[in-house]
This record gives sequence, structure tokens and C-alpha cells, in this order.
Amino acid sequence: MPEWFIPFLLSVVTASTPFVFAGIGELVVEKSGVLNLGVEGMMIVGAVSAFAAGVTTGSGPLAVFTGAFAGAAMALIFGVLTLYLLSNQVATGLALTLFGLGLSALMGHGMVGKTFPGLPHLEFPLLEQIPVIGPLIGTLLLGHDVLVYFSVVLVIAVGWFLNKSRAGMVLRAVGENHNAAHSIGYPVNLVRLLAVLFGGAMAGLGGAYLSLVHTPLWVENMTAGRGWIALALVVFASWRPARVFVGAYLFGGLTIMQLHAQGLGIEIPPQVLAMAPYLATIVVLVIISRDSALVRLNAPACLGKSFHATG
Amino acid sequence: MTAPRLELKGVTKRYPGVVANNDVDLTVMPGEIHALLGENGAGKSTLVKFIYGVQRADAGWMKWEGREVEIPNPKAARDLGIGMVFQHFSLFDAMTVEENIALGISAELARGDLNSRIKEISASYGLPLEPDRYVHTLSVGERQRIEVVRCLLQSPKLLIMDEPTSVLTPQEVEELFKTLRRLSGEGVSILYISHKLQEIKELCHTATIMRMGEVVDDCDPAEETARSMAEMMMGKNLVSPERPEGIETGAPRLVVRNLTMESSDQHGVDLHGISFEVRSGEILGIAGIAGNGQTELLDALSGQVPVDDDDSIIIGGKTVGGAGPVERRAAGLSFVPEERLGHGAVPEMTLWENAFLSGATRKDLVKSGFIQIKKSSRYASEIVEKFKVKTPGVLNAAGSLSGGNLQKFIFGREILQDPSVIVVLQPTWGVDAGSAAAIRQSLLDLAAGGAAVLVISQDLEELFEVADQIAVICQGRLSRSWPPDEITVDEIGLLMAGVEADPRGAAHNGEAEGHAG
Amino acid sequence: MLVRLENRGEISKTMVYASPFIAVVLTLIAGVFLFALLGVNPVEAILSFFITPISTLDGFAELFVKGTPLVLIAVGLSFGFQANVWNIGAEGQLTVGALAGGGLALLFFESESLFLLPAMAAAGILGGMAWAAIPAFLKTRYNTNEILTSLMLVYVALLLLSYLIHGPWKDPEGQNFPESRLFPDAGILPVMIETTRMHVGWLFALAAVATGWILIARHVIGFQIRVTGMAPMAASFAGFKEKRIIWITLLMSGGAAGLAGMVEVSGPIQQIVPNISPGYGFTAIIVAFLGRLHPVGVLFAGLLMALTYLGGENAQIEMNLPNAVTGVFQGMLLFFLLAADVLIKYRVKFGGPKTAGAAEGAG
Repeated sequence: MPEWFIPFLLSVVTASTPFVFAGIGELVVEKSGVLNLGVEGMMIVGAVSAFAAGVTTGSGPLAVFTGAFAGAAMALIFGVLTLYLLSNQVATGLALTLFGLGLSALMGHGMVGKTFPGLPHLEFPLLEQIPVIGPLIGTLLLGHDVLVYFSVVLVIAVGWFLNKSRAGMVLRAVGENHNAAHSIGYPVNLVRLLAVLFGGAMAGLGGAYLSLVHTPLWVENMTAGRGWIALALVVFASWRPARVFVGAYLFGGLTIMQLHAQGLGIEIPPQVLAMAPYLATIVVLVIISRDSALVRLNAPACLGKSFHATG
Repeated sequence: MTAPRLELKGVTKRYPGVVANNDVDLTVMPGEIHALLGENGAGKSTLVKFIYGVQRADAGWMKWEGREVEIPNPKAARDLGIGMVFQHFSLFDAMTVEENIALGISAELARGDLNSRIKEISASYGLPLEPDRYVHTLSVGERQRIEVVRCLLQSPKLLIMDEPTSVLTPQEVEELFKTLRRLSGEGVSILYISHKLQEIKELCHTATIMRMGEVVDDCDPAEETARSMAEMMMGKNLVSPERPEGIETGAPRLVVRNLTMESSDQHGVDLHGISFEVRSGEILGIAGIAGNGQTELLDALSGQVPVDDDDSIIIGGKTVGGAGPVERRAAGLSFVPEERLGHGAVPEMTLWENAFLSGATRKDLVKSGFIQIKKSSRYASEIVEKFKVKTPGVLNAAGSLSGGNLQKFIFGREILQDPSVIVVLQPTWGVDAGSAAAIRQSLLDLAAGGAAVLVISQDLEELFEVADQIAVICQGRLSRSWPPDEITVDEIGLLMAGVEADPRGAAHNGEAEGHAG
Repeated sequence: MLVRLENRGEISKTMVYASPFIAVVLTLIAGVFLFALLGVNPVEAILSFFITPISTLDGFAELFVKGTPLVLIAVGLSFGFQANVWNIGAEGQLTVGALAGGGLALLFFESESLFLLPAMAAAGILGGMAWAAIPAFLKTRYNTNEILTSLMLVYVALLLLSYLIHGPWKDPEGQNFPESRLFPDAGILPVMIETTRMHVGWLFALAAVATGWILIARHVIGFQIRVTGMAPMAASFAGFKEKRIIWITLLMSGGAAGLAGMVEVSGPIQQIVPNISPGYGFTAIIVAFLGRLHPVGVLFAGLLMALTYLGGENAQIEMNLPNAVTGVFQGMLLFFLLAADVLIKYRVKFGGPKTAGAAEGAG
């Protein structure tokens, strides 16, 4: 086992976790029939808010909570505009991203150059002492920060919620046919608002993870398109939680791979390597959407359509 | 005397610019099958939405079993014992039958072994259902059963059925009526909304007739004739369209040979080996239940979805299978889709722009790439004038017209292009009686002028009224055709259901394979 | 529920035009609060942001310098947006246009030919078109969402730019700065007003507005685009080909963005640098909406947005406010606009009956 292997795997986990959060949040949003293109904006505001809270208070949990809260606050703007003022979801999502990028730059004005110590890790010293496979197991499964474990629990919980719980069934119904859901008597826009807020909180959490653990620094535009990749992940995953998780780790691995490729002395200009995640996103989207019938079968039927009951 | 199960008094509901219900009274007794009869737009749906708690009224009150109640939402209605089967089903295609039923009943009721309870109820009422099937794999009749079973699981005291038979074959209608009569015998009241008079005579104990948002009369359907009820419903003596005498049919104008097409829609219907021809001066009617390939047939004939085999469609002697709508219009075709808003017309655009939409080619409204606005406006004005479209002017948006007026405009737009072939789908769907009569007359006149006319409709009365030949489409296959006086409604019903029981033993256009269902 | 929305039944023409003004006023009001929050005198800040920058001839001319790329791109984008084709990768198309046009100037860096500029403009347009052709191809051929592909290509284009100026295109005499050499005079857009930076690129923007206006109001292409966006089924009924509309709108917007990129490098910048655009490609999205997706509206909206850039720079110098305030203003403006647009189709009703439906619709 080459000596770079374990740090490589570790960094894959840190790089993938933001994708897991943002992706699973957007999945729930889209299942309810809403397309929120503002993931990037919610993520970066989550990142800067969490970082600011962390640096000022020194408290990890508070920082994480602030990130999620800020993401949800951004999502609230989107929710009110699209659900109650019936604005176009595509345009409003774009606005949310543009606004978020500006707002985060403004909020992070005084944060550049500061650092945050990071989140607590769960340690299992005994297990890691097993020879040979110990370090590998330790790396793969143990010793991560709490949010990594939370992200795994979250994926399972969302999977259970959507497929096994009555509330999840209602959420899917609202995304499938909002008129029918309304005539049966479900509050379509309330269900959607809750989904949007959850999606915002998760995007904020993903951003918080970036600025608190992954970097951990505040840099302007530090999400660098991750929110958009998370959106692509949901399509890639055909709206299934477990696949979002797999996809997130594929993309996390890819972003890390290009960093390590430079370290390994591969003779490709760094900029060309850095294109990899973006080009891979395009390739993956093409492969998935090639069969339009399949996409239509999996996608929530009311995705992107506003609902206004004629009362 | 027992208290009425449901009593409404003075119910009024206004929408911007229209009074949907004006001072409506209604009384339904236990075990009574009560018809609510009226044309499209008479206010029936608004009234039942109020009863079911989907929307509130502006004035009036409701009593349930003698007690005044207020129903803020459908859940409250269900708790009282009111169930409703919607005209446009409230179902979720990508979910299972069981999930669909669970969503429509209370959480408490959905707990436990719902699956076997569904099977129980559906078996005992003769409404076969498989709880694990996905809805998008089911036929329209099966879908309706889901809604009925969903209501029955809650042991309702009042069942509201909104136009339940518009999507059923005559035989399926009989089955439904059996279930309803049995429920009535068990003491369940049924509020039965329809505009089909024959059914109401057959099924209902009482009828309340609505017109323009008001109750105009109550009657005992058994003692009325269909004609007398129709007159109450429409408020004037009916005019049947005049069929011009002595029309000679000429050469075939529209020829379709072995047209086969896969539907582009996941839930759509594929077309299989469809063949027919329509001659000059002839009107061919195609009957069928919604969702049996009518939309796909219009798509293929109009060129909105070109087909692979260029020879399978011939318009005016030209093979056009692979051509788009523009080339087909040039060859003499006009067509009218089912949906007015957003398909046949752009609601946000002005009338002249909508006239340009399909008239550009045959009316020569483009000059080197630029729109000829004046010429287009004159064309639109001509349509408005000749087809008596009620509108302030051609600068008004198409969406501001009433359904009937817009349909007249669309028909006028197509007819004034002087087509040699016209294909129309559901020409009078949701249109008031006056406009419907005008539209049917215009089709007859067009045929009299030598055009080949194809009418695809679910309305059998309409087809018997205008068509020279009637064929039936079922699961993407077309039967042979008969003159209306050589085939009965029952026989058509069997063909619509896909039952291979052709009374005259005629094969389905030489199709060897049988029907799947 | 005391407030509810009621469908007007048709579009209110008045509100279509009033809404942007409502949005601007609301943004200014929100701006006052924002500045107060940042601890500066709001009145002073607003003056410094919106008035001082254009109080001199230089500043006024600068409005057109910044407005040029915004108007060019937004005119192109508005065609696509009307047809529901969401090209949000104009920033990438701008970058590739700048590289194509600028690359030509670098290739012929000793040229004095009069043909160099037209050739650069053509190269810029083609470069932008080529970059936009990728999402167009993927959407028409593989049904791939153009929003995500066009956006991913922005990052790719920026990395391509970075690669070129750190490598092959780096100025050989530039002390290792990541910049190209300066363009030859023949590759620089002439200035329109002496002593200012206002260059003839503005005329391109005006030409784009005029062409766009004619296309959308009178030409069959414009009609097809509008129908496709408002009612796709009606477009199919009329026989308009959806794929053709996707290609046309993406190529038009890509070409316009590419030209904007060429104008930037051959006008104000005059060489290729790491940051060609301060996000013009994204801000132009706001410009397009604010201008009601109409070329003439875009013209005014573009100048207003240009002002927010100048204001940001000026407030940074005068009041030490972070430049990022610009982005916040632009975002807020779009939010308020989208919110005010509800009045186009609906009117607000106070009181009235509470209905389950309305309570849900209007919350």
C-alpha cells in the first residue's frame, strides 16, 4: 500500500461530504416538485456564516448550526418567492445563487486569512492498532469528524422517510401531481416550503463543512461550482438517496484525484486537471439524460411547476 | 320522515367576472341517487367542491344530517362521511394502488393491513384491483375503481361522483351502475354529476338541473324525456345541425395506409397498422375512450410527430408521412387539437398573432421572413366576423375569450384557410351548446363544400349527428367503419372496450393479432 | 388569511413595465438598510454609489464601457430566456470569445492591417458560438439540461484562460506575470470620446439592440421564439421545430457573449489577463430579466447595472466599503423584480372569504 493512499482516502471523504449534504437536500426539494437552482448560493452563504460563527465563538457545533440556519434562511427567500409569489423557479434559483455569491463576499470581507481549528473527531485507538488492516479500516470507517457520520445517517434517514413514512409519501405525492394532492386535501405549498427549507439547511451544512473542515478557510467563491455539481448529482442519482451518496463519493474522489495527480508528477497542466470534475459532470449528465423516457419516469412529474389553487 | 342527509341553502360563489353558483339549494335524502345535471360551466363542479371542502362559498349554509356544518377541507368532509370520485382523477401515476388509496384516507385508517382490506372491499363490490400495481400501468376504468374503493374504505354516507362515465365504455358504465345501486340499497346517498341524460334517466331517483350557476328545476328523471331535460338544461329549444342533402363523395383526399408509430410519451399509446381513407365531401368519425391513441393519431396525421414511413399518410395525393405541419398545410391540411389554450392557441398572444400561428403558410402572411402584421390582422378580423366570435377586437389576448368563443375562433381560422382535408379532435369538448352547434354545422358545411373531414371524438352523440362513417379506435388499433345507421351504440361500446365481438364479423382492417385487453 | 392573490385573467401591460421600477425603488430602500447595517451613513453611501460615479464626463463614459458587454450579452440571453432555453454560461462564452478574438491579435501582433479588428470580432463571435454549441448539441442530441452543461463550461473556459496565460500565451517579456503581451494598435477598438475610455464597442451594443428589436417584434424567428417559450405545444402545432429554436437561441446568445468578450479585451483591457470579466456573463442574466427580455428594456437595464459596478468601485474608494456590495445590490434587485412580477398576472386582494384554496395559494 503506497504511503499516499491513506491520506488520499481521508481527503476523499472530506471532499465528498459536502456533496452528500447538498445533494440529499436538493433531492428532497425536487421530490416535492420544486427545482431550486440556488444550491450554490445557499451553500456559500452557509460556508461563510458557519466560518464567521466558528471564528467568533470558537464553538464547532454552533458554527455548524449557523451554517445550516443560514442556508435555510436563504431557502426561505426562494420558497416565499416561488411558492407564494409564484415566480419562475429557474429565474429565482439563479437569483439566489447570484445574491448568495455577493452576500457571502460581503459577509466574508473581514474573514479572509483567519482559520478555524476544525470539528471534533471520533477516535477509536484500539481498532487502529490492529496490524496491516487496522489503519485501513481506521481510515475508511473510523476517526472521521462527526459530520461525516451524520451524513451517512442522513442518507439512510431520508431514504426511510421518503419510502416508508406517511409524511414522505405525501411529499412524493405533492411532487407527482399537485392538483390531485390539493383536491385530496394536502397543503401543497406548505409541504413544498418545508422541503425547500430542509434543502436549504442541508446546502448550508454542506457549505459549513467546506469552510470548517475541508479547507478550513474562508475564500471568496470557495464553493467553486460544487452546488451546481450537487444539482447534477440528483439527476445522476435518478432521485434516489443511496445513489446520491455513491455519486457524491465519485465526484469527491475525482476532485481529490486531480490534486493528487499533480503530486504524483503527472505531466499535465494543473488547469487541465482541474477541469476534470466539471467535464465529468457534463459526461455523466449526458449518459444519464440520453434516455429521455427513463429520466421522465424517474423525475417527479411536477418538477419546476408552480401551484396556485383557484379559490 | 327522516332528515335529509345533505341540505344546501343559498350557496353562492363568485369568481372574477363570473358567478359560478348563485343562491343554490339542494337536498339529498339517505339512499337517494341524486343527479346534478347541467352543461359544462353550469356550476356543478363548483358546487361539489364546496360540499367536499375543496373551496369555500361566499354565502349560504350546509346541513349534514340535520345539523349545520362547515367543511374547511376535504379531510373534514371525509370525517363526516363524504367521499368523492373526481372527474380528473386525483391519482399519482408513479405510485402504487395501495399508496394512492392510503393517501386519500385518514392516517388511522391507512394503518394496519391496508393491502388485504383493499382486496376485500374490491372483491365484495366487484371492483377488481391489485394493490401493488403502479397506477400508470392501469386502464382508465381501473383507475376509476381506485377512487371508488378509496371512498368505500371509509364507509361513506354520501358519495359524490363527478362525470364518472365520461371515460368508460357502455359496458363498464353498466358495471358501475350496479355498484352504485347496491350502495344506494345499503343507504348510501349518491350525488351523481353528469350531462348525459340517458344515464340519468336510467340510474337516478331525482335530478336537480343547473344552468349558468343557478338551479332551474328539480324533476323525477323517470317521468321526463331526454329531450325535455335537455331543454331545461340548455334553456331553449334545441337546434340540430342541418345535414345538407345530396352530397356526392368524390376522390379520396386523406389516405392512411398501415400507419404505425411508437408513442413518444412514456404513458402514451402506440399506433398499430392504422388504415382508412376519407373522401372529398365525406365525414369520418372515430370513436373511442380517451387515451386509446387519439392524441397520437392527431400527432401523426398533423405532422407534429412525423412518422418513419413517408407513404403511410397521403394528403391530396402527396405522400407526407415524414413531413412536418408546415408542409402538410401546404398540401391542404388543417387540424384542430383537443386543447385550446396552449396548443391550438397561445393564450398570452393577441388574436391576430394567433391567426398568424397556423395561417402563415396558406394565407401567405410572411414576406421575406417578416410578419405582415396588417394582413394578419385583416385575416383575424375576418375570422371574428364570419364566425361570430365575441371579442372587443383582434388586439385582445386569446386567453381572454370564453371557451366556446375561442373554439369558434380556432375553427374559423382553420376553415377560412380553405383546407381540402381537416382533422379535428374533440371539437366541442367543454364548449357551450350554442357554440357546439355552430362548430358542428361548420364541419358539415365544409364537407358539403368538398373537403374531407375527420372527427375524432369521445362524444358518441356528436359522431352520430355529423359522421357519414364511424370507426372505433382502441389501444392504438382502428376498426373498419360503418355508416351510422348500420351500427348501434352497444356495438360501438364493445369495440371501444376492445372486445373482439364484431357483430358483423368484419376483421379489424385485416389485423391478424387480437387485442390485449 | 387577509391577503390573497386573485388571477387577473390576463396579463397586465401596466405592471409589465411598472414592475422594474417598483423593484428599483425597493432595492434602494433595502440599500439604505444595508448601508445602515454596515455602519455607514446611508444617504452618503447612496450618493457615493449611484450619483458620484457618473458626475464627471469620464465617469459617464465609463457607464457605457461597462454597459457594453452587459447589453450585448443580455440581448442575446433574452432570446433564449423567452424560449425557455436557459443559457447561464455566458461568462464562459465571453471568455472563449475573448480568447478567440484576442488570440488573433496575439498571433498577428505586428499587424497594422485594417482587417485585424473585423477579423477579431468575427473570431470572438465564432468562439462564443462554438462554446454555446456544446450545450446546444448536448441538449438537442442527448436531451441534456443546458443549465448545468453551460454552467460547467464556464469553469472549463476560465481554466482554459488560466492555462493559456500561465503557459503558451504568457508575455515573453512580461517578467513572468500571467498576462499576454499587449495587443497591436490595429487590434484595439478606437475610442469614441477623446480623453475617456468609451470605445466603439458601444455601437456594437446599440446594433445588437436594434437587430434584436426587429427580430423579436417583426421577424418570424422572433415569433417562433416567443411561441416556443409561452406554449411549446402551440409551437409544435404551428410546425416550429424545437431543436432549431434551441440551436438558434444558444448560438445567438453565445455569439453575442463572445463578441462582448472580444470587445472587453480589445477595448478597455487591450491584452489578455486572468480576470477578463467581473462576472458580466452572470450579471447579464439580471439585466435580461430587468429589461423584460426586450432589447430596448435591456438597453436601459444594462446601463443601470453598469452603474452598480461603478458605484461599487467608487464606494470602495470613497467610503472603504467592500466591493462585494455590488453583487448584493444586483441580487436584491432581481429578487424584488421577481416578487413584483406577481402583479402582472395576479392582483392582491385584502380580506374577502377565506378559502382552503386561496389560503394555500397566497399563504
